Amino acid sequence: MAAAVDLSHVTIRFGDFTAVDDATLSIEPGEFFSFLGPSGCGKTTLLRTISGFIEPTEGVVRIGGEDMKGRGPNARPTALIFQNLALFPMMSVADNITYGLRVRGVSRAERRKTAERLLDLIALPGSADKRIDELSGGQKQRVAIARALAVEPKVLLLDEPLSALDLKLRQHMRNELRAIQRRVGITFIYITHDQGEALTMSDRVAVMNRGVIEQIADGRTLYTAPRTAFVASFVGENNGFPGRVSAVDGEIAAVETAVGVLRGRNLRKLRVGSDAVLYVRPEALVIGRGSELFAGVAQTAAFEGTLTHVTFATRGDRPVTLTAAGRAAEAIPSEGEEVVLGFDPASALVVPAEGGAHA
Amino acid sequence: MHSSVGKVLIFALPVVVIAWFWATALMERRRLGSLAPLGFVQRNGVAVATYLVLAVALWAVVMIVLPQLFMVDLSFRPKLPPPQVGGEKDVYTLANYRYFLFGSATDTSSWNTTHLQAFGLTIVASVLITAFNFALCYPLAFHMAKAAPAARVRLLMLLLIAPYWVNEILRAFAFRILLGSGGVLNQALLGLGLIAEPIDFLGLDVGLYAGLSYAYLLLMIFPLYNAIESLDTNQIEAARDLGAPWWHIHLFVVMPHAKPGIASGCTLVFMLTAGALAAPLVLSGPRTLWFTPIVYDRFYQAFNWPQGAAYAFILLIACIVFVLTVMRLGRLTLGEITR
Ligand SMILES: Nc1ncnc2c1ncn2[C@@H]1O[C@H](COP(=O)(O)OP(=O)(O)O)[C@@H](O)[C@H]1O
Ligand SMILES: [Mg+2]
Repeated sequence: MAAAVDLSHVTIRFGDFTAVDDATLSIEPGEFFSFLGPSGCGKTTLLRTISGFIEPTEGVVRIGGEDMKGRGPNARPTALIFQNLALFPMMSVADNITYGLRVRGVSRAERRKTAERLLDLIALPGSADKRIDELSGGQKQRVAIARALAVEPKVLLLDEPLSALDLKLRQHMRNELRAIQRRVGITFIYITHDQGEALTMSDRVAVMNRGVIEQIADGRTLYTAPRTAFVASFVGENNGFPGRVSAVDGEIAAVETAVGVLRGRNLRKLRVGSDAVLYVRPEALVIGRGSELFAGVAQTAAFEGTLTHVTFATRGDRPVTLTAAGRAAEAIPSEGEEVVLGFDPASALVVPAEGGAHA
Repeated sequence: MHSSVGKVLIFALPVVVIAWFWATALMERRRLGSLAPLGFVQRNGVAVATYLVLAVALWAVVMIVLPQLFMVDLSFRPKLPPPQVGGEKDVYTLANYRYFLFGSATDTSSWNTTHLQAFGLTIVASVLITAFNFALCYPLAFHMAKAAPAARVRLLMLLLIAPYWVNEILRAFAFRILLGSGGVLNQALLGLGLIAEPIDFLGLDVGLYAGLSYAYLLLMIFPLYNAIESLDTNQIEAARDLGAPWWHIHLFVVMPHAKPGIASGCTLVFMLTAGALAAPLVLSGPRTLWFTPIVYDRFYQAFNWPQGAAYAFILLIACIVFVLTVMRLGRLTLGEITR
């Protein structure tokens, strides 16, 4: 079976500026796939290229195995949900939802049936004849989804569709979106700068930075085994110790950092002498235990109920954060207290320094 | 007695209108209570407020309301030598309107075909010119509002506006020179050997319609441009993404959004074209009779002011009916058009 969407060495330039650099990936039918990256990293550009608004400068976009070159957005089996939704304010909810069917010459009665079926799907029954400005933010959101689903696309593309909603609604819509995707069973390609959204909803996530796809993996892998310094620091909280690899012993590498020599897993098989960053998650740090030890002075403690976050000043130039849960939180050092922090090499990761050798 | 009715109408009506506005404002204030925003008077003092209200009222009454009411009143009176004005022969009459229809103030046996035809031609041609203006301006306005880069928009604006720095009469004469039998266009066609002898563009009214179409182009472009510019470009893209061909997008996404602009552009162009004087005077062929020169002639050729007033009033009513019809057809309110 052909991949739902297949990008092969896709590069997109605006003049001299490279917005997307050599993207190659394959998205399976029925997959919930996300692009995650900071604002301006080229996510929207890539999505618009898949939907046909932009022709790639180089490379090939295939949808369902077919080369999409020269096919405009109205001739592709995709539907795009815009960042600002772009509903038609002068049409009713039902007319919005069935706009794509009207274009295709579907009869009025047939359209009405589809509108009602989709309104049931998005849990807004009885709203067919409302005006768009009578809907709340979350309801508009769902109408935009229904409008896109009405044309029965093979691939639904969503450009930060939840960013305009408030926090509570956003959390709710995450589950809703995932549930809708399971029900309709088509491929969703989702764009976000919010890692929480990407990790909770997606089967797989592509992390982007400055036009480059740095890693494609499921959320757990991104968290536990980031391949680059950018992914390690962008996905979840992390403590980075830049330095140079001083020794390699099988799976483990030792890195000479500002706070001393620290060891961690060397999944990228860095060689001695390469610039590297050793990452330890805040929840992997403990006080006074572990084989890798370094000194720190407690600065601030933020009590958050189940979790407590403590920051420490070290000899490195960045503060280090420790997250303690449950009973461990009772042993929090007071401000100014000097302690020894430690971790296990198995819970730390050595990755190439940004801009350094990609071994 | 009858003339006192006219005077009462002229002087009392503005007062009634102002009082009406005042009363509605007061009522609104009472209804909103303390929620009402701080009033203009509280902010600027009684003196300033009184001056402004009086100045605006005076301007509106003296410059707009009074002359119009005077003309309407005049149109229902007979033409009399000055000593008899206000005398016993100065009675209200429909004679001027009768003249428009039958070519005689008393006899109703035959129609006043010349004037009725001119009137009909003016209305129909104005509608067609308005439609032509719309067809010409819509693509340009859309291009400027949605497709062109900023530098090109500025250039196009300049190219559109610059010719209008030349006054209307001069522009009309320029068309004469361009289209005359020895004009640039004929010379070019002759030179290229496309025609054997000059075409009488002016006699064929090509000049008149070209001049009229060009005269109020800007008043179509700008409302259209403003209306289309305010459309979210994503809506156009969303329609395209949903499979719509370009004409469908224009018909069902762009035009419904731009409806107020379309309506205000069309009504402006229609009214001004139907009421245009310079272009018809300069560019009319020998056979065409545009309605406005006829109105003009009533005043200055026939020295029959009451009749001229009646003719002008007929044209005004026709224009208002047209505007109201357009608004009704487009399901628009006056507020939307003037937005
Ligand atoms: N049409 C364009 N012309 C020039 N630069 C563009 C254009 N579209 C996007 N860019 C640039 O490409 C980069 C990526 O933009 P975008 O894909 O919108 O980022 P994201 O959606 O990840 O925030 C930005 O730096 C933006 O300025
Ligand atoms: Mg974006």
